[in-house]
Amino acid sequence: MEPFKSHRGIVATLDRANVDTDQIIPKQFLKSIKRTGFGESLFFDWRYGDDGKPNPDFELNHPQFAGASILVTRNNFGCGSSREHAVWAVAQYGFRAVIAPWQDRNGTRVPGFADIFRNNCVKNGLLTIELAEPEVEEIFQMVDRFKGLQATVDLDEQRVVLHLDEEIAFHFDIDPVVKDHLIRGLDDIALTLEHESDITAFEQRHDTQLHR
Amino acid sequence: MAAKTLFEKIWDKHVVQTMPDGTRLLYIDRHLVHEVTSPQAFEGLRMAGRPVRRPDLSFATMDHNVPTTSEDRMTIRDPISAAQVEALRKNCKEFGINLYDLQSDHQGIVHIIGPEMGITVPGLTIVCGDSHTSTHGAFGTLAFGIGTSEVEHVLATQTLRQSRPKTFKVEFTGRLGPGVTSKDMILKLIGQIGTAGGTGYVIEYCGEAVRALSMEARMTICNMSIEGGARAGMIAPDDTTFEYISAEDRPFAPKGKDFEKAVEYWRSLPSDPDAAFDRTLTIKADEIAPQVTWGTNPGMVVDVAGRVPAPGEVPGHSVRDVEQALAYMGLTPGTPMTDIKLDTVFIGSCTNARIEDFRKIASIIKGRKKADSVRVIVVPGSQQVRKQAEAEGIDRVFKEAGAEWRHAGCSMCLGMNPDQLKPGERCASTSNRNFEGRQGKGGRTHLVSPEMAAAALIEGHFVDIRNWS
Repeated sequence: MEPFKSHRGIVATLDRANVDTDQIIPKQFLKSIKRTGFGESLFFDWRYGDDGKPNPDFELNHPQFAGASILVTRNNFGCGSSREHAVWAVAQYGFRAVIAPWQDRNGTRVPGFADIFRNNCVKNGLLTIELAEPEVEEIFQMVDRFKGLQATVDLDEQRVVLHLDEEIAFHFDIDPVVKDHLIRGLDDIALTLEHESDITAFEQRHDTQLHR
Repeated sequence: MAAKTLFEKIWDKHVVQTMPDGTRLLYIDRHLVHEVTSPQAFEGLRMAGRPVRRPDLSFATMDHNVPTTSEDRMTIRDPISAAQVEALRKNCKEFGINLYDLQSDHQGIVHIIGPEMGITVPGLTIVCGDSHTSTHGAFGTLAFGIGTSEVEHVLATQTLRQSRPKTFKVEFTGRLGPGVTSKDMILKLIGQIGTAGGTGYVIEYCGEAVRALSMEARMTICNMSIEGGARAGMIAPDDTTFEYISAEDRPFAPKGKDFEKAVEYWRSLPSDPDAAFDRTLTIKADEIAPQVTWGTNPGMVVDVAGRVPAPGEVPGHSVRDVEQALAYMGLTPGTPMTDIKLDTVFIGSCTNARIEDFRKIASIIKGRKKADSVRVIVVPGSQQVRKQAEAEGIDRVFKEAGAEWRHAGCSMCLGMNPDQLKPGERCASTSNRNFEGRQGKGGRTHLVSPEMAAAALIEGHFVDIRNWS
């Protein structure tokens, strides 16, 4: 996996909450047995009209978002199905990072991303960033005001910087495990297999509890 | 010893090792595999020259792509679907995994066949490349959905690296009223906490109303945990659980002395009385009404006696979210839910396509005809369910009512096979997701219980099952 340190690119916005993985990559594209080729089908039903042409009303089709590589959206992005195809589609479209707000609901922190989706992102080197709602709102407004706005997401420094005349920067928190994983671009399976003898030892004492 | 929750007991027993980064290497007891989320994982193994570590703990079937009509089932016409199904056959053969293929009596939706065959028993860790793996938590297992990279990781190592989730206790006090089901319990909960409300948590469902439920009804609740954002939902095992497992024809369940020994262990699993949870919520079961979703996520739900809400009236959803949902669903605020007319009724999915669901529906529609305006598709969750239903004459009740009686698969729950809604078609569905386009591009889905679907298919619109005969 390609290590992630810092990335600068155009910011695109998608002003919807609870974007589910059925929207990110609809069912008909899950039939592929390959791991590539999903980028052109990202947000398929929103992105293309019935005639197969790009839907001009859909945000990502707006000209100022051409070549965007940082996606900013609303709460609970990636909910629903566990399909990793959704992450492949987001990454293969060209996004390196997705930003969504966490929310406070009656004292409970509601994460910006759905669990399985966030997990799948880590495995594919796609950075998910949670910011507070007012911060995300500010990015939405800046993107709206300054066409083609660029930002830098710096994982090492845990900062998002909007490149305006006067730069605006946001600090983000991230699970140190995820950060380390992304920065080093680790191959999980190889790492785990270094513990193979521990797994074997576990199996020897655990099998009796399987009740088979 | 410190008091532990059901989740903690199972988690602690499966930690192989604490990794240097603080995550746990968690042993996986059962891995369920299907055709959609596995081909890239097998390909990854091939590229790296890795074997499947424990093919004996992996169980595969095809369910998502499978056509459900007798004519099309064995020869899949869509060449891409056919290739995906064929890839599963090839991969299972190459890596030595037990496959319940289309001609098998045990083919069906992974989450239906696992419990049915006794693969799912209390105390296990179970994963599958499918978010509805949470279903198996009904037996007191830790069961959750994973992505394809993790599928590959489990195939190669029989473990997963996991950070420990938080615990969330949801207690349903009292008893459900007549006509109200476990589907209504879970929809009510999701309506209350929202579709992200459980993110980061494992939910344990408990309370009098949960204890009173059958295994199949418990599976419906745990199945939809993910719709509330929780990767896993669990219910402590009890005599209802043990009785289900001891039934005949569960080839993988322990038998005789092994079973007795297992039960002794399983009885130690329920949460200790003073175990602490990170979060708790109590819902009065006797106040739950039959639920119907009106929007484009399962948290957009109201009582059947309610009305389509207006933007600004829905807690946890912005005005814009509600406007978008209403526009997609073609609904006007203020419309009574019982005025909503239907084109299709879909009875199926890993949420509600078990034999009990079919028995209940059959008892409601027996001797009646479906409304002329609706198309009714009935898709058993497994070939075993189909066989059992046919043995009991349930298929005839459906056919005489004018419904289409199909073979097992995921079918119109997600429309990867030919069973799809047309744009604008409105469907009452016993499945789990009412997302835009889920059942077919432009299709409009309302989630309901099997009983509510039964009444709706007779009348052609939603009715309050509590005062309908």
